[in-house]
Amino acid sequence: MTILQFILWSVLKVAVVTVVMLLAVAYTVLLERKLVGRIQNRWGPSRVGPFGLLQPLVDGAKSFLKEDIIPAGVYRPLYLIAPIIALGCALISIAVVPFGEPVSIAGSPHLFQISDVNVGLLVILGVTSIGVYGIALAGWSSNSKYSLLGALRSSAQLVSYELALGLSLVGVVMRSGSLNLRVIVEQQATQGMLTWNIFGGMQFVAFFIYLIAAYAETNRSPFDLPEAESELTGGYHTEYSSMKFAMFFMAEYANMITVSCVATLLFFGGWTSPFGDLIPPPQSLFVHALFPIFWFVLKVFCFLFLYVWVRGTLPRFRYDQLMNFGWRWLLPLAMLNIVATSFWLAFR
Amino acid sequence: MHLIMFFVFAGFCLAGAINLLLQSHPINSALSLIVVMTSLAVLYLLLGAEFLAAAQVIVYAGAIMVLFTFVVMLLNADREERTMRSRAASMVGFPAVVVILAVIATVILQTRGLGVARLSEGITSTTELSAVLFTKLLLPFEVTSVLILIAILGAVALAGHDGDKSEGRKGEQ
Repeated sequence: MTILQFILWSVLKVAVVTVVMLLAVAYTVLLERKLVGRIQNRWGPSRVGPFGLLQPLVDGAKSFLKEDIIPAGVYRPLYLIAPIIALGCALISIAVVPFGEPVSIAGSPHLFQISDVNVGLLVILGVTSIGVYGIALAGWSSNSKYSLLGALRSSAQLVSYELALGLSLVGVVMRSGSLNLRVIVEQQATQGMLTWNIFGGMQFVAFFIYLIAAYAETNRSPFDLPEAESELTGGYHTEYSSMKFAMFFMAEYANMITVSCVATLLFFGGWTSPFGDLIPPPQSLFVHALFPIFWFVLKVFCFLFLYVWVRGTLPRFRYDQLMNFGWRWLLPLAMLNIVATSFWLAFR
Repeated sequence: MHLIMFFVFAGFCLAGAINLLLQSHPINSALSLIVVMTSLAVLYLLLGAEFLAAAQVIVYAGAIMVLFTFVVMLLNADREERTMRSRAASMVGFPAVVVILAVIATVILQTRGLGVARLSEGITSTTELSAVLFTKLLLPFEVTSVLILIAILGAVALAGHDGDKSEGRKGEQ
């Protein structure tokens, strides 16, 4: 396979994944509004299109057409770059996520993963670390005390919970013996649901640590103090309007989706079916290749549902409670999980 | 191909480093340092050290430089003024730098047996790296962790001590 073929296939995969990702982000916003509405005993958006399904399109059009206000005292280069960093990092990390089985058509690279990197898990962690700059620079360059406070709080929160996030994944890596996401999924797939890392792999503590740390990483409830309106009038995106604000907004939801994808890949068996080999595979090759994608999307949807459910239910943490919890509870618990997993693996 | 990428990213590295020195606003210097760290990570990747490249991005560019940026943001540092302070320093300094660079360049160019900018030995997998790190290099690893612990203790002692002193004074009043 020549370099030109590789580039063409990669461009095609990137285009498809970007379009799907942006649509997914738009409809995750709608999911959240409808779901939070139902939790609060009201309909969400229900007027635009059947069941409000065209609402994201209208919101997108609104964002483009709104006036773009740039305050006078901002530090312009960083003010303009910050949303780009935030959205860019949010979209880049989906490049190493495998959606389905390693299927190749006529010598193409794997169809359902944009790039198969040996250290795929570390790439996701690294890109998340760079994404902190989007928030920090946005808050500082806005030349507003609310923005600066929100940005500092948010960056400190993100950096603190990154540690617990990374350590909670070490147990999974120890069990799989590889940092390659595809290898981690395939290693879990031996007997359907029973060998998924959360059940057979005994990583339920790690899973809960990962979930809590991921909620803090994406600045979502109950850790959304940096963007709480009653606290900080919007935090780091106070001074942003229309499309730049929409970029921060999209970055947050794209991060949610990436986190959900990583959770399904590492703890819930990725694209493998929970029934394992009990159901015989369908005859048609086309359906056989698409079924794993259906399972993957279903699991990611369940995680997004959980995200919104938690947002609609729990009150938010105060900032000192948040930092206390991250450093003094989650981090030692993650380290204990690593020790326990290593003992279990050594004496198995 | 590797040679081209090496030159591109080494160029980014150098450009970031020179920009760090030439910028007057400290936040621009911090961002240039981030560019330097990230291009170093790509250079590590070109040498086949994939884990090290990822660790460089996660730790250096993603955590340490965030703390640098925090300091710049919290201190509300503004643009520095350009002062051509000591003419003697400039007259001695610039030629001295040129001489030192010439010496280093001569030593490097006369060395035989340097490698090429090519993925010669293949990719060092994380398994190989950890096998060496925790068996042959165990003592340096443990000593380095003790060193970092000392640094943490020092930082906590410095920060906590000031807080206790001011609280004590308030209590007396």
